[in-house]
Amino acid sequence: MTRRKITQRLAMHLLLVPFLVFALFPFYHMTLTSLKQNKELYDRTAVPLLIRQGPTLEHYTKLLWDTAFLTWTKNSLLVTVLSTFVSLVIGTVAAYALARLKFFGVASLGTGIFVTYLVPTSLLFLPLAQVVNWLGLGDSKWALVVTYPTFLVPFCTWLLMGYFRTVPKEVEECAMVDGATRIQALWRIVLPITVPGLVCAALFAFTLSWNEFIYALTFTSSSEQITASVGVTSELVRGDIYYWGSLMAGAVLSSVPIVVLYVFFLDYYVSGLTAGAIK
Amino acid sequence: MAIGGIRVAAPASRPSLRAKVGELLDREQWLGSIFVSPALVLLLLLVAYPFCMALYFSVSNAFIGRPSHFIGVRNFINLWESDAFRQTFQNAFVFCGAAVGAKLVLGVSLALLLNQQLWFKRLIRGAVLLPWVIPTALSTLGWTWMFNSLYSVVNWTGLALGIMDPPGPNWLGQKYYAMAAVIIVNIWRGLPFFAITILAGLVAIPKELYEAAEADGAGPFSRFWYVTLPLLKGVLAIVVLFSTIFTFSEFNIVFVLTHGGPINSTHLFATLARQVGLETGRIGEGAAISLYLFPVLMLVVWAQLRFVRKQAY
Repeated sequence: MTRRKITQRLAMHLLLVPFLVFALFPFYHMTLTSLKQNKELYDRTAVPLLIRQGPTLEHYTKLLWDTAFLTWTKNSLLVTVLSTFVSLVIGTVAAYALARLKFFGVASLGTGIFVTYLVPTSLLFLPLAQVVNWLGLGDSKWALVVTYPTFLVPFCTWLLMGYFRTVPKEVEECAMVDGATRIQALWRIVLPITVPGLVCAALFAFTLSWNEFIYALTFTSSSEQITASVGVTSELVRGDIYYWGSLMAGAVLSSVPIVVLYVFFLDYYVSGLTAGAIK
Repeated sequence: MAIGGIRVAAPASRPSLRAKVGELLDREQWLGSIFVSPALVLLLLLVAYPFCMALYFSVSNAFIGRPSHFIGVRNFINLWESDAFRQTFQNAFVFCGAAVGAKLVLGVSLALLLNQQLWFKRLIRGAVLLPWVIPTALSTLGWTWMFNSLYSVVNWTGLALGIMDPPGPNWLGQKYYAMAAVIIVNIWRGLPFFAITILAGLVAIPKELYEAAEADGAGPFSRFWYVTLPLLKGVLAIVVLFSTIFTFSEFNIVFVLTHGGPINSTHLFATLARQVGLETGRIGEGAAISLYLFPVLMLVVWAQLRFVRKQAY
């Protein structure tokens, strides 16, 4: 009986292997490539799955000292942190109002937020580029700080509405009966309860804006203004020549902040992913 | 709950004004309007307004740095007469259909596996979700290298296993292979969303139903067909709807992997819109291409509001 169970369990793990290889191999290969010496990298007789001729950090040092990679990373951080913070504040108050308060137009606003939540960024990037120019933010990272909230705010609002609904109304009503104003009740009672939701929204907003590509590619172009993903994909390719070692080093390094967050907050990612889709 | 610990701030000076403002803020109508106004202003200014601009651009001959004029539906007619656009239109459906279909089938299988008793459950889930959190543009760069015409590790593996004839396909340089490559990368990146969301749906199905079905003599296959699938329908519908809109509007993967080539065979609406609208400067035509994403968006929104949200409330 137990033996049969163990073989069954082993079989399940074996069936999972192809999925895991599919999911993880690209990362393994990217990291491996970034650590290989050029002579092995471009040796067609070498085995591509291993490093046989000794690892090297030359691609990383080249990336860090010979390109503007550090500037791009700084830009990414600035844009991501600012737009996440702004969107979280705007999203939190909007979500609270939509989930809890009764006022004129609340239902249609909720629907409106939901619709904008579904609008893909690739639908609006052309006219938005014009708006960005009119605002005097052409080729500036500040254009990204201004435009990223357009997809972050609907997302945060939608996610947090779900969390606010799970807080029983009685909790704030009690506080208000005891003399607290509604804002005090929100600040001291409701928000502390919804901290997991806020963390989740912040993590997703951070990830979404760190990973954003089409707006960054369209609204910024000079090396001092672009973000890490744009820098790595466009500036490291000279004409038709791809410096694969440095490209992979850039891809690996730019993924580090997200991977770190991910390792620490995996459960939030899982719950946010499902909540975002189901609620 | 430390409700008793709440202290009402004692107004120090100008009590009448503070009290008045406080009283107004306690009225739901006022507080609600104030709370939603930042979001509303942002979305009107940077979503609704650009959308209206897109509508206008699509019926004008807008060109970067030049005044534009109304030209009716000529952009749309021009598009239908261009081979690049017709190819793109076809690509979009092939790409979306194949990718969403494969993600659905693989996603259900993977979710069923993840729902079993597993060792290292957390670790496996973490690994499965990883492609979804890494910046797509960068991971696609990794795939570009894996599909490289000379040093492709995919071909090396295929040759080593004897399932490919030397020298193996030139993935990004041949029409159908390039489309296959783009679809594979999209599946890779979108599968975690399917698997994890469907898994959440599976976990929510009460165990007793399976026990009852088993007691009635249902085998694993009929349990899946008559218990799991019907109860999973709602979740599957949501996942497919979400994925349809984001797959249809895909940009990053195509832009990094193939740039739409070879000869437009992998262009999607978003990438063609960028090429026409920015690289050649015909914003009007570019906006018209982008707007082809709109009917799909409407369809998904309609379906969501009609079927899905109804269940939630």
